[in-house]
Amino acid sequence: MAVITMREAISQALWEEMERDERVIILGEEVGVWGGTYAVTKGFYDHFGPERVRDTPIAEAVIVGAANGAAMAGLRPVAELMTINFAFLAMDQIVNHAAKLRYMFGGQMSVPVVIRAVGGGGRQLGATHSQTPDAIFAHFPGLKVVAPGTPHDAKGLLKAAIRGEDPVLFIEHATLYQFRGEVPDEDYLEPIGVSKVQRPGSDVTVVAYSKTLQHSLQAAEQLAQEGIQIEIVDLRSLRPLDMGPVLESFKRTNRAVIVEEGWRSYGVGAEVAARIAEQAFDYLDAPIRRVAQAEVPLPYNQALEQMALPQVDDIVSAVREVL
Amino acid sequence: MVRETPARTREEASMDEREMLRLFHEMLLIRRMEEESARLYQEGKIGGFLHLYIGQEAVASGIISARRPEDRVITAYRDHGAAIACGIPVRAVMAELLGKATGTSKGKGGSMHLADVKRNFWGGHAIVGAHLPLATGMALADKYLGKDGVTICMFGDGATNIGYFHESLNLSMVWKLPVLWVCENNQYGMGTAVERASAVGEIRQKAEGYNMPNRRIQGMNVLEVRQAAEEALAAVRDNGCPFFLEVLTYRYRGHSMGDPERYRPSEEVQRWQQDDPIGIFRNHLLGEGLFEDEVLSAQEAGVEQEVQQAIAFAEASADPPPEALYQDIYKEG
Repeated sequence: MAVITMREAISQALWEEMERDERVIILGEEVGVWGGTYAVTKGFYDHFGPERVRDTPIAEAVIVGAANGAAMAGLRPVAELMTINFAFLAMDQIVNHAAKLRYMFGGQMSVPVVIRAVGGGGRQLGATHSQTPDAIFAHFPGLKVVAPGTPHDAKGLLKAAIRGEDPVLFIEHATLYQFRGEVPDEDYLEPIGVSKVQRPGSDVTVVAYSKTLQHSLQAAEQLAQEGIQIEIVDLRSLRPLDMGPVLESFKRTNRAVIVEEGWRSYGVGAEVAARIAEQAFDYLDAPIRRVAQAEVPLPYNQALEQMALPQVDDIVSAVREVL
Repeated sequence: MVRETPARTREEASMDEREMLRLFHEMLLIRRMEEESARLYQEGKIGGFLHLYIGQEAVASGIISARRPEDRVITAYRDHGAAIACGIPVRAVMAELLGKATGTSKGKGGSMHLADVKRNFWGGHAIVGAHLPLATGMALADKYLGKDGVTICMFGDGATNIGYFHESLNLSMVWKLPVLWVCENNQYGMGTAVERASAVGEIRQKAEGYNMPNRRIQGMNVLEVRQAAEEALAAVRDNGCPFFLEVLTYRYRGHSMGDPERYRPSEEVQRWQQDDPIGIFRNHLLGEGLFEDEVLSAQEAGVEQEVQQAIAFAEASADPPPEALYQDIYKEG
């Protein structure tokens, strides 16, 4: 087991899949000569060449649209969106095309595209560059939405996404790129649509994913010093959503806190809470709490921005409230 | 209104008499199938939107008959003509319009979403302009995989004012992709005339902005369209870059079945109907002494029978089973 960063894990997944399958190509803004604006594809252009690592104009609709078309015609394109905020410019290609063509044409077509998008706030980029709109994309049947919280899962899930037959939006949190974790030395895949217990516990079920997984793990350390053992279930995929481990855990703890970086309204927490209420109402011993972003466009000022984003202390407080 | 005088028809060396008769049959088939669709729509047997191609048949038949099997075709929502010209049996088209399991898309797509991947027909796409990037990507895949096919992407004049059009033309030229862009300029985007929506009167001028070879032709004579398509496809293959073909045409019916047609005088429609592509072609076939009237009349009778059989097939076909509701959302899981 090597300890590597999230950035390295994602980069390795891309590199290994490109070595394995010539149909895999990368396209996006500054993925080639520049080496990726987050340096994920550094060195790819020199190794794989301009045919496989394709710099595009700044034109998100045709980046995703051309990736969709190339996927329909037999390639395994990985389109990179510099930030998920720019996905709104390609929204029609993601939700009206990638997610629907297979169904709408009676199963004749497949769109095995992977759209990598960098999301999340906390870097003082202002309101239009700091969003966590994951739940919006998870709303659409036909699309798979994956948002890993560890290097291990990032590598295994991205490789599974590239090898899979369905369109995947793969959301990478910008502030997790430097985060380190253990990754197996051998080739491995992680299944899309399978939640995972990242820390066992017996007192409260905490549901999290992506950046909020790391926040929750830190909260768990603090709470453990008080003798409170939280169990952390990492969703990893928002669609398909695997409620199995969440419900299994909740039926033991009877208490739940759901943590997301996006806004509370109509969010991931709302969905998970509703499903718990629908499927395990009799096990409920306390109101379900949601920890989420304040309902404001994220401000530039660092102190204000951090006030708006969910913090470790918010999770700790929410856990205490449900006990 | 932009209109060009129809040039004199001429027999093309590349087309033998059998192919001419096949094209005549095909255009008639599109016409009669759509006239019957309009009736079925009014009877409530076809739901949703229905956009008729009547008047534009020479474009789909002329363009698509020039393709090789490896050339992909992708078009917008006014797709019945392209579907039939790609060789989809009329009964599968009719079944899709009626929402039946035997339809091209198993009854899940409807009029705007016909497709048959086996025949290299990639749909029927109903978001204006959205299939242009798909065509760009398909051509990228073919080029990358070393295939010879050209992607033929057809769209209306209305699609040339949206961002997708410009992003796609630009990228196809930057990457030198094998795409034949075909703008079917039927003079109106829904009810808005070209000159009220486009800053340039000749759509082909937009291709100039991307340094892309282009041409504007009159589209009511199928032989002329066919000839231009052959030349344009050869240009894509020879030049190794996209080509833009603007084809002037006219739809005789409304934008869709729910069109009040307040935006054009009936005299204008009647004037264009004098240039009916099927009438022009019929007169050509008779005038050049290529076929006797009885031969063409026999084609007409044959088409009538074919369309009625297609309707009977579609009406007798089963609806999709309830379990189809949850099928084909994903390929895996």
